[in-house]
Amino acid sequence: MSVPRFWRKIPQRYNLEGTHCEVCGRYFFPPRNLCPDCRRDGRIVGHTFEGVGTIVTYSVIRTASDQFSDLTPYVLAIVELKEGARMTAQVVVENPEEVFIGMPVKAVFRRLGTDGESGVISYGTKFVPA
Amino acid sequence: MVGIITYGTYIPRYRIKLEEIAKVWGDNAADIIGGLGVKEKSLPDMDEDSATIAVEAARNALLRRDIDRNAIGAIYVGSESHPYAVKPTAATVGAAIMATPVMTAADYEFACKAGTAAMQTCMGLVGSGMVKCGVAIGTDVAQGAPGDALEYTAAAGGCAMFIGDDNPIADINHTCSFTTDTPDFWRREGQAYPRHGGRFTGDPGYFKHVQGAARMMLEQMGTAPSDYDYAIFHQPNAKFPQRVAGMLGFTKEQIAPGLVVPRLGNTYSGASMIGLAATLDVAKPGDRIFVTSFGSGAGSDAFDITVTDRILDDAVFSRGAAPSVEELLADPIYVDYARYAKHKGKIMVQK
Repeated sequence: MSVPRFWRKIPQRYNLEGTHCEVCGRYFFPPRNLCPDCRRDGRIVGHTFEGVGTIVTYSVIRTASDQFSDLTPYVLAIVELKEGARMTAQVVVENPEEVFIGMPVKAVFRRLGTDGESGVISYGTKFVPA
Repeated sequence: MVGIITYGTYIPRYRIKLEEIAKVWGDNAADIIGGLGVKEKSLPDMDEDSATIAVEAARNALLRRDIDRNAIGAIYVGSESHPYAVKPTAATVGAAIMATPVMTAADYEFACKAGTAAMQTCMGLVGSGMVKCGVAIGTDVAQGAPGDALEYTAAAGGCAMFIGDDNPIADINHTCSFTTDTPDFWRREGQAYPRHGGRFTGDPGYFKHVQGAARMMLEQMGTAPSDYDYAIFHQPNAKFPQRVAGMLGFTKEQIAPGLVVPRLGNTYSGASMIGLAATLDVAKPGDRIFVTSFGSGAGSDAFDITVTDRILDDAVFSRGAAPSVEELLADPIYVDYARYAKHKGKIMVQK
């Protein structure tokens, strides 16, 4: 990932900064500037997600690209945040067998990857069992 | 008065027992464990480093007390394992706790006492009215070369102390330092692991400086060891802090809550501060705490601290909202040396 591309998403990756439509009550992550339901009648405001949620579904990655091969086996999950928005993230567990659908999780700050030995280090949100 | 307005700690869940390290290098485990007084040490997960530990520690502090992010005017992160040689860990912490951009920030390095030096800086900024709140963090994924004596204790963990004058949970009555140019431990630019002067790190290093700062504090405050309820001394192993406590006249009971090194190892820049956090975890209003850090190279920072009523005031501070040091030490995941080597990046792989 290019440095500018990662840098632009730091608020979302570090602190789960999304948006909320005050008219219909929907929450969006990643953030939307326009509510797809309310359209021009919607009123979008910023919202920082609390970082707690449950696992909707997940996959155990045993064969990964070079950048993530050190981490295998690891769990990639769709997490439904308490406010309702869903996101894809890694769930950090010692044993993938611990993970189940409906598992409560909370956000933690971890390294997401590095651009080789000399490149930029990307940080962001992963989840652990709550 | 300037003091600690909240604090937080983070310790990774992974541990390796010293027997496992001794087995690899053919050392006598009983001698090593007996000599150091350390049974096991923490290590980071594959995706943890000094920055992620610093962020988790700071966020745990904010769980205990929701500080106005606009009030945070300074963040200093002390470590000897900053992820970057050039790019501040403190800026990453600032973004991760949403304190940027109206703040100053810098990374500190003074071996194991960079975190307490950060506390002193924040005290100065708050005391002078330059900032309302300063964040001082000591964090490390400590480095020890394979087979070196340091490998038995070099651990991972960190602690964040938020310094301010708005209803502190603990007043910092005074701080003083004792510093000399002493090459007892060092790491040259570009080197992966530190080197040290072996036994030279003892008397001319640790004991001279810890005693220098501690005695200076007692003299300047006109106090005796018996005036304090608790004491924390830098803990590179369990022997040094116990010995120096005895030399200064402190009892085993006074240092017991803060002596976490037997189950944690030496978290370098985090070590003294985690000891202080473990003591704050159990302290009552009115308790007086004596702290003396030590950083090779070499220097010590001493602090005289009095716990206030606010530590139990739920309207201001919720001690149970974040994990205590004792809770962070519970439920570890033990690994063998091979897994430890992988987590610490000690296995050479094709790149």
